Order: sequence, then C-alpha cells, then structure tokens
Amino acid sequence: MSLSAALRSGDVSLLPGKRDEDWKWTDLRGLLRVLPATAPALDLSGLTQGPFDALADQRQVVAGGHESVSIDVPADSKLAVALRVLSRDGGALSGKVAIRVGAGAKLRLLESYEGDASAYVTDTALSIVLGAGAAVERVVLAADGAEGVNVSQAQVTLAPGAEYGQTVITNGARRQRIETQVTHPGANAKLRLDGLYLLEEKRHADLTTVVLHQGVDGATDQFTRGVVRDQSRGIFQGRIVVEEGADRTDARMRHNALILSDKAEIDAKPELLIFADDVQCAHGNTIGALDEEALFYMRQRGLPETEARALLIEAFVGAVADRIGFEPVRDIARAWAAERLRG
Amino acid sequence: MLHIENLRAEVDGKEILKGLSLDVPAGEVHAIMGPNGAGKSTLSYVLTGRSGYDVTGGTATLDGEDLLALDPNERAAKGVFLSFQYPLEIPGVPALTFIRTAMNAQRKARGEAEITAPAFLKLAREHAAALKIDFEMLKRALNVGFSGGEKKRMEIFQMAMLAPRFLILDETDSGLDIDALKIVSEGVNAMRSPDRGMLVITHYQRLLDYIKPDKVHVLAGGRIAATGGPDLALELEREGYDKYARAA
Repeated sequence: MSLSAALRSGDVSLLPGKRDEDWKWTDLRGLLRVLPATAPALDLSGLTQGPFDALADQRQVVAGGHESVSIDVPADSKLAVALRVLSRDGGALSGKVAIRVGAGAKLRLLESYEGDASAYVTDTALSIVLGAGAAVERVVLAADGAEGVNVSQAQVTLAPGAEYGQTVITNGARRQRIETQVTHPGANAKLRLDGLYLLEEKRHADLTTVVLHQGVDGATDQFTRGVVRDQSRGIFQGRIVVEEGADRTDARMRHNALILSDKAEIDAKPELLIFADDVQCAHGNTIGALDEEALFYMRQRGLPETEARALLIEAFVGAVADRIGFEPVRDIARAWAAERLRG
Repeated sequence: MLHIENLRAEVDGKEILKGLSLDVPAGEVHAIMGPNGAGKSTLSYVLTGRSGYDVTGGTATLDGEDLLALDPNERAAKGVFLSFQYPLEIPGVPALTFIRTAMNAQRKARGEAEITAPAFLKLAREHAAALKIDFEMLKRALNVGFSGGEKKRMEIFQMAMLAPRFLILDETDSGLDIDALKIVSEGVNAMRSPDRGMLVITHYQRLLDYIKPDKVHVLAGGRIAATGGPDLALELEREGYDKYARAA
C-alpha cells in the first residue's frame, strides 16, 4: 500500500489508510475517492526563486514533466543543492530523487516543497546514500497549500563514519506526511533527525521516522517539536530499532508539543525497540499548553499577553531551529517559522 | 501613592482579603508582616492582576489611578513591579532579551521611544556590576537552572533595569544566604527615592535589618491588624504572631 503505487496504477484501493498501522493517523484512502490526472509539464524558464536558491551551487526541480532528479556528489567534494518540489494546478506528481554522496564528500541538501492553493496530490521518493565518512545536512521546508496532499519518503543509507543531520520544518497541508527511514550501520556514524511542525486551521502534518541501528557504535539524536492551534493535527511517529549485536548504540529521542486550542490534536508514538544489551537509549515525550504562570510573570514585567505568548512559542520552536548547522539556513528556517507563528 | 481601601478578594471562592486598607505614600517603605496564610502573597497578586485572584470589593489606586481595572502588563507600564517569591523560568529566552523586550513594551505603552541597544547594554552592565551578576549569566535563558539566590538577584536586577515607581517585594529574603541578602538589600536600598514607594512583604524580621521600613503593618486574617514603626517588627520577632492570629 503506497501513494506511489496508487498514482502509478490509478487504483485508489492501493492507497494507505486506517488499516495500515503506520498510516492509521494519516488516512489517504478515506480522503481520496479519486486521484487527479498527472500534472502537466511545468515551464521552468519563468520560475521565481525558491527559498534556498541563493545558498546553492546547484538547483534542481521536481515538477510536472520533470519527475526525476539525480545528484551525484563525487568523493571528497563539496556541494550545496537547492531541491524544489513544486505542486501545482490540482495535478498528480510522482517524483523520484536519487542522491549519492561519495566517500568523504559533503552535501548540503536544501529542500523545499512548494504547493499552490489547489487540491494537488504529490508523492516524492528520495534515496540518499552516503559513502564512508560523508556528511549531509538536509533541511526540508515544507510549504504546502491548505488543500494539497503531499507525501515525501526518504530512504537514507549511512556508511561507517558518515554524518547525517536533518531538520524538517512544516506547516502541514490537507494531508501531509514527511517520512524518513535511515539504515544506520553504527561504526561511528552519526545521525541527527529533527522536526518542527507549526499547524493552524485544519492542517495536518505527520512526521514519521524509522531508524535501524545495525552495528556497534552508532549514535542517533532526534528532536522534534510542534505547535498546533485551531483544529489542526500533528503526528509524530518515531521508531528506533537497535538490532541484535548493535552494542554501544547511543539513541535519544525527544518530542515536545504545545497544544494551543481545545480542538487541535497531537498523536505521538515514540518507539524504541532494543534487541542489543549494551545500549544507551532514552526518549521523552511531552504534550501540553503554555505555562500560565510564566505568562503572568512576563506580563507583570510589561509584556502584553500576545507578545508574551509569541516570545514563549518562538523560544520553544527556536530550540529546534538552533540545531541547524549552517547559519544562513538557520536564519531562513527561523524567519519562516516566525512568520507562520504570527499568522 | 498606593492607596488601598477595604479590599476584598477571593481565591477559588474562598475569601482571603477581608477588607484590607493601607496607604503607602511616595518616598516611604512599608513592611507587611504576618503569619503564613494571612494573605500576604494574595495581596501582591491582587495588586498585580494575576488571574484566579478575584476582587470582590474595595479599591486599589496608584496616584489616584484605578489599578484593579488594568491588565497586568498595563499595571507594569504604570510602574508597578512585583519581585516574585518564586521567580519563573523562561526557557529559551535570554535574560537580556527578555528584559529589553519588557522595557520596550512598557515604554511603548507609555508612548515613549524604545531604548537603543548601546544604551540598554550600558545600563545592563552598570546594574549587573552593582549586583555582582556575571554578565555572561544574562545571556542565558532567564532563571533556567539558576539557584534560588541567583533568581532573587535577577529579580532585583530586573527591578533596577525597569526602574518602576512602586515596588512590591514578596518574600525576597527567602532562599538567600547572608552575603546575597546584603547584595540584594543594597540593590533595593539604592532604589529608595522621594518619588518611589515600596511594599516589603516578609515573614521574618531579618530582611528589615537591611531594608529599614518607615512603617510596619501586621497582616492577619485578611486585614491589617496592627500598624507601627520599625519596633513593631522586633516585637513580632520576639513574641510571634499568635495574638494577631487569635484576634483574627
């Protein structure tokens, strides 16, 4: 069951839905009675700038008529890529992105999902393979339209000594899922998986991750935060599997969410499945409202209530954005988040 | 300056302040002492507008202006400052950022221009030095991971920075060792001026050795049960609150 299979065949019965355990909170089958026609080819000559274009050596677009992208980063080289997935005009888009990062190479992957106001359906499958000692920082800015359906699934394969850092920032869509699956060989490879969802109205965002620790001496540090208001719904599913023999794994998972309305919803499923003996694993999951006592304290110092709330929320959100390694990208992420919070 | 008349307030439907009247003229420091549960903290929260503290009668005015009708932040902009007994932690917001945001919010409410960054930093360095606060600490999230004494010192630092017209100190001495108590008291005393009033709420007389009050009031049973000079504090220290608690 997958969106890509459904789009390929036009058969809605192949859509993932409630009966699939990993999709029970992001039911596409119940939502989509029909699938839209394939998006027409997009003329790339008149494109406006993407959010990360100015920071990239190479620009790539996934859109109607441009479904496949492949990026090769030669060993020991450095590259910054702005990858844009453009969803338009109520069309169906099935994108494929294959990325190979050679041994010792460094890639900054700056990815944006940009959707218009139409009821489009977009599916993107990414494969990201890192060579030994390679380093990737992937930042995903998901700016979908309120009527759009967007699923992005990345398969990441790490090699010994590789470093992979990821930050997904999203304000959701009608249905949106951004999924990352990582095969972790241990062997001093390091993984950082962060996420931030800022949802309002009826938006839905699902951040799902699966990490498989397959060898000794691996590290995973995962930090996701979310803010939901109105009738929005945020989903965090994080699974870390430490396979038998993957000793000395150090895995940490944190998810904190703020619910700012009675009608908003958070569904969180943190899972640590540990089959090795000698590991350090921890997870923390909190869901709550803003601290009223802290708000009174701030107001007593002169901050109007709206400003006090905004400052607390921005600080809450900033903790995730602060972990983005490259400062100009961090600034873009912070500014984007601040704009969504003010709305 | 501060004029409270026949103030009644309840928390969760239970009456805590039962007709409290009090005058603190500009230039004076008044101490409020009283047994636990007498309503000391309730008084500070009612004056600053905390939700859940419902005023059911009476008035409280600052220079003739009705405080009770204002939002907490509007009261702050009018110059009312409460040094909290338990200062809150504000995760992710550096102390300096917080204070500057608060200062500018107050200035905006009063129709004044924002403070410039250099002027703010100069002021912060001066006050931090006077209170023996490491400037690096001001770059950390406000009160997060600070000790009890550090939090209290940070309250006085904020007070010095914001230069309020009327100060309420709620159990400022609790959690302070003797050295910190001296520093904090010096900070408070430095703020004494002919156009500023202070209400010092304390359970123990100790703080009043350092911050000398003009008058001492005993709060018991939700009312001012007695008023006197500094000697009254010494008498309370010797004899306790029993006779007032019984009378209430």
